[in-house]
Amino acid sequence: MSAGASETSRRRLSRKHREWLAAALFVAPDALGLLVFLGVPMVLALGLGFFEVTGFGGISFAGLDNYRKMFADPLFFDSLKVTIQYVVGFVVGVFVVSLGLALLVQQKIPFVGFFRSMFFLPHVVSLVVVGLVWQFMLTDGVGVVNQVLEAVGIGGRSWLGDPQLALGTVVLVSIWFFMGYYMIIFLAGLQEIPREYYDAAKIDGARSWQLFRHITWPLLKPTSFFVLLVSTITGVAGLQAFDLIYVMTKGGPANSTSLGIFYIYQQAFQFNDYGYAAAMSSFLVLLLLAATALMFVLTRGGRFETE
Amino acid sequence: MKPSSGSSLLRPTRAALFSLAVVLALLTVFPLFWMVSSAFKGPDEVNSVNLIPTAPTLDNFRYVFTEVPFLRYMLNSLFVATVVTVAALWFHSMAAYALARLRFPGRDLLFFAIFSTLLVALPIILVPLFILVRELGMLDSYVGLIVPAIFNAFGIFLLRQFYIGMPQELEDAAFVDGCGYWGVYWHVILPLSRPILAALAVFFFLANWNSFLWPLTITQNQDLWMIQVAISSFQTQYAGAWNYIMAAATVAAIPTMALFFVFQRQLVESIKTSGFK
Repeated sequence: MSAGASETSRRRLSRKHREWLAAALFVAPDALGLLVFLGVPMVLALGLGFFEVTGFGGISFAGLDNYRKMFADPLFFDSLKVTIQYVVGFVVGVFVVSLGLALLVQQKIPFVGFFRSMFFLPHVVSLVVVGLVWQFMLTDGVGVVNQVLEAVGIGGRSWLGDPQLALGTVVLVSIWFFMGYYMIIFLAGLQEIPREYYDAAKIDGARSWQLFRHITWPLLKPTSFFVLLVSTITGVAGLQAFDLIYVMTKGGPANSTSLGIFYIYQQAFQFNDYGYAAAMSSFLVLLLLAATALMFVLTRGGRFETE
Repeated sequence: MKPSSGSSLLRPTRAALFSLAVVLALLTVFPLFWMVSSAFKGPDEVNSVNLIPTAPTLDNFRYVFTEVPFLRYMLNSLFVATVVTVAALWFHSMAAYALARLRFPGRDLLFFAIFSTLLVALPIILVPLFILVRELGMLDSYVGLIVPAIFNAFGIFLLRQFYIGMPQELEDAAFVDGCGYWGVYWHVILPLSRPILAALAVFFFLANWNSFLWPLTITQNQDLWMIQVAISSFQTQYAGAWNYIMAAATVAAIPTMALFFVFQRQLVESIKTSGFK
C-alpha cells in the first residue's frame, strides 16, 4: 500500500526534480544553520553599530552616535595600533619559525616523526591552558624563566608587567602555539616539490642556499601565501589572541595588550554597550578586508611575482 | 657516483641538524612538561626550579576534584563537544554529498556562499551572535552552547573535496539496486568516508573541548561551565596557588594530548588537506 503510494509520487516527479528535492533536503540543515548563525550575525555586525542596544534587550536607532564616539575614543585607536603591531609581529614571526621547522623536519634525520609530533604538541592544548602555563612560568620573581635568566646572569624581566614587553610576550606565546600547525602546512607544500629538481640542481653543483633560493622558495609560493593569509585573518580577528590576553594580561599593563577584539569584548560584556561594540566590530571587519586585500596585492594574488 | 665524499660531507651536518632538532624539541615541550611537573609539587615546592618534584604529591588533583565541581565541568565539555561533533559530521557530510554529487540549479553559487563564510571569525560576529542567541532564548543553556558551534564551512569544504574524487560506479550500482538518494548516502557515501570522518571527528572534538570565548560569553550559570571557562576562573579565584592551577590545567590538557597521540596521523592529514587543492 505504502510502497504503491510512494511509487506513484515518484512517478509524478521526474528524475531531475527528485534530484533537486533530494539536494535541497541534504543541504538544508547546514545551509539554514550557516545562514542563521553566521550570515545573519555578519549582516547585523555591519548594521548594529547604528543602534543603541542595552543589556536588557532595548534597541533604538542611534544614527551615527556610536561611530562619532568611536572616532573620539583614544582607547579605540590605541587598540587598533596594538592589533596592527600584534598582527605584524605574529604573522612575520610564525612564518619564519614554522618554515624553519618545516625545513628542519623535512631532512632525513633519525626520529623525524617524533620531532614533528613534539613541535605540533603545543597546538593541541587549549589556549587557556597555554596562557596559564606561560603566566606561571613568567611570573615576576618566582617564575622559572626569570629564575633561570638570573642564574645565568642575564637578569629577569617583568615579561607581562612591563608595557614595553607584554605585547611581545603575547606574540611569542602565540607563535609557540601556532608554529606546529603551520609547520605541517609548509611540510605538505615542501613534499609536493618534485625531488628531481633538487637532484638535477645538485648535479649542476648548486649549494643548499641556492637550492632554497631557486627551487624551494619559488615553488613554495602558493603555500606561503596560504600561511600569510590565514595567519593574518586569525591575527586580526583575534581568534587565538583573545583567549591568551583574557588569561594572561586582561589587556594590561596600561592597555598595552588591549587588542581591538578585547576592547570590543569589554565594551559589550563588561559595560553592556553592545551598539558601540558592534560599531567597532564593523570597523574591524573593514580592517580584516583591507588586510586580506593588501596581502593579495603584496603577493600579486599569491603568485609573489617580483617583476 | 662518489658516495664516499658525499656522505663524509653530509655526516657532520646531519648530526648538527639532529642536535638542533633535539634542542628545539626540548624547548618546545618544556612548558607542558613544567605544567605536569608543577601539578605534582606541594605548595612549598611549586615556585622552585626543581625539574622533578622532590616530594611528589597527588594533593593538588584531590583538591581540584573535591573542592571544586571539576568533574561536572569536564562532563559538560564532554557532552557539548560530543554532540557538536556528531551533529556537525552528519550535517556536513549530507551537505557535502549534495554539493559534490547531485546536480541542482544554483549549486555553484550556494557552494561559493558557504565557502565565503570561512572568512567570518567568531570574535568578529560575537556581539551580534550573542544578541541573536539571547533573542532566541538560548542564553545559559546547553542548546546555546551546542547549536551555534555546529555550523562551519571548513568541514563541508573538506568533505566536498573528498566526495568529488569518488568514482561514480559505486553510486550507480546502488541506484540499480533500487536505493534512493538517502540510501546511497547512508550505504555508500558514509561508509566510504569513514577515514576522513574520523579525522574530522578528532578535529571537531578538540576544537570544542578547547573552546573558550563562546562558552565564556553565553554561560553565567556555573552548572553549565565548560572546562576552559572553569580553569580560567580558577586563576582569579586561587591567584598564586599555582600548584592547584597547574593541576587543573593538566587535567584539562591530558585528554587533548592523549587524543593527539592516538590520532595524530589523521589530524595531520586533515590539516594538510585543509591547506588547499
